[in-house]
Amino acid sequence: MQNQNEKDPIIENLWHALGALKEIDAGQVNKTQLLGQPLCYGKDANDVAFVWPASERHKTHTPVNFEALNRCLPVQVRYGYVWTCLGTPSEEIFDIPEYVEPDRRNLNAASMGVHVSAPRAIENFLDMGHFPYVHTDILGVEPHTEVKDYDVTVSADACEILATRCLFYQPMASQASAGGADVEYVYRVPHPYCSILYKSSPLDAARQDVICIFIQPLDQEHIRAHMLLSVLDVDNPDISIRAFQQTIFGQDKPILENQFPKRLPLDPRVETPIRADKSAITYRRWLRQKGITYGVIPAAA
Amino acid sequence: MIKLYDYELSGNCFKLRLLMAILGVKYEPVAVDFYPGLEHKSPWFLQLNPLGQLPVIDDDGYILRDAQAILIYLASKYDPSAKWYPTGSPNLLGEVCQWMAFADAITSTASAARLHDGLFYDFDIEACRTGAHRLFRILDEHLWFGEDQGNDWLCSGSHPTVADLACFPYVVLSEEGGISRQDYPAIRRWTDRVKRIPGFRVMPGIFPAGPGPKTT
Ligand SMILES: [Fe+2]
Repeated sequence: MQNQNEKDPIIENLWHALGALKEIDAGQVNKTQLLGQPLCYGKDANDVAFVWPASERHKTHTPVNFEALNRCLPVQVRYGYVWTCLGTPSEEIFDIPEYVEPDRRNLNAASMGVHVSAPRAIENFLDMGHFPYVHTDILGVEPHTEVKDYDVTVSADACEILATRCLFYQPMASQASAGGADVEYVYRVPHPYCSILYKSSPLDAARQDVICIFIQPLDQEHIRAHMLLSVLDVDNPDISIRAFQQTIFGQDKPILENQFPKRLPLDPRVETPIRADKSAITYRRWLRQKGITYGVIPAAA
Repeated sequence: MIKLYDYELSGNCFKLRLLMAILGVKYEPVAVDFYPGLEHKSPWFLQLNPLGQLPVIDDDGYILRDAQAILIYLASKYDPSAKWYPTGSPNLLGEVCQWMAFADAITSTASAARLHDGLFYDFDIEACRTGAHRLFRILDEHLWFGEDQGNDWLCSGSHPTVADLACFPYVVLSEEGGISRQDYPAIRRWTDRVKRIPGFRVMPGIFPAGPGPKTT
């Protein structure tokens, strides 16, 4: 069970992704953790998913009879992932309307473990300033280091952050790129630990590729990052689309793991992001106003 | 042309990309969906390597598996100076083989810890980390005494060998498995020297050497 001091009722009552449905072997036990609590999950032969509290008798990759489980947690399958909630779900999983467009390729790029807090991972995902230095020759290149001014708003119901008009020069914006281009990004943050990125498609100027990051908080300082790609690419095989995203994430990993402190400080006086990083400032303020305590260092009262 | 069955985030694949970059050998990578696709366990790949492990090369029909074996093959075939795999000196060659075996031990500890933390492999993480620290302590001492004798590399002699490239990746990626290198100063200086070898290239998780040569 979670330490009482670590309970965050808001986070506890949200849905969190645990893994890609496709990657689960039917009829078997898989183990993971959410908010410090060990969990098992699996799916039956009809792709119906189950999540239940871990116990000694359930061992990884051994068969399980789902009908015999006495207590299961709430489950949904959305965007190809199994989602669960430890408490009482307080809201629906956010909408990604593009996901169902018939010509999109939807795939899990990877689910990767990182030694960092969930909010640090989201903040890094929102930051364009690191592109030329960390994703050199792919998402950025010197001397094109300037993050041009962009707009950040919080929706009227305070449910979601939206950053628009984010322009950045990218040598190779995606696996389908033919060369460098100014790329426009739009970011949504509809969940404290999830973000959705829209970037101009190299194939269709009127549409966007969608890259989502769903962070599963294993505990306050360890995460599993699930990366959903919903792209318009028709030529590249899954493997190269996936490999592109894994390369990017592999470059971010040591940056994330070297963040100190691992939890995101919410006190505006503690740490000022070096670049005038509007979305980071908005994200921290939004977490503060929501009263999030898990994975952060709350502002002094 | 050489085909390299490759996974970008694999340190064992990276060491081959590294040697080929240093030697200027052209190759064609064939991406294998190691994670999450487990393509290295698929029937077509098992035909290539029944052990179901990366990397594998196909050099004009000659198929070879095992990262250390491939390093030896590539260096023997494509390094006319015979410095990377020094067959001319029995003592030096013995040392190279000794440290190649050490690289396998690093793979089964430090690399295993990284697979556990990053890709959720079901390993005994404490045993992996303890094992890696034991090896790193031995490596650090060896390098420290070597520096004292004027040796920059794992084996005696003034030129790096395939043994340095074999041991390098999972040492330098160890923090991804929760294995700090803070207590191994000689290892840090050695990894920095490896990064300054002409032709050095990076992979995700490995940064280029910092600016300017380090003196200590
Ligand atoms: Fe990044």
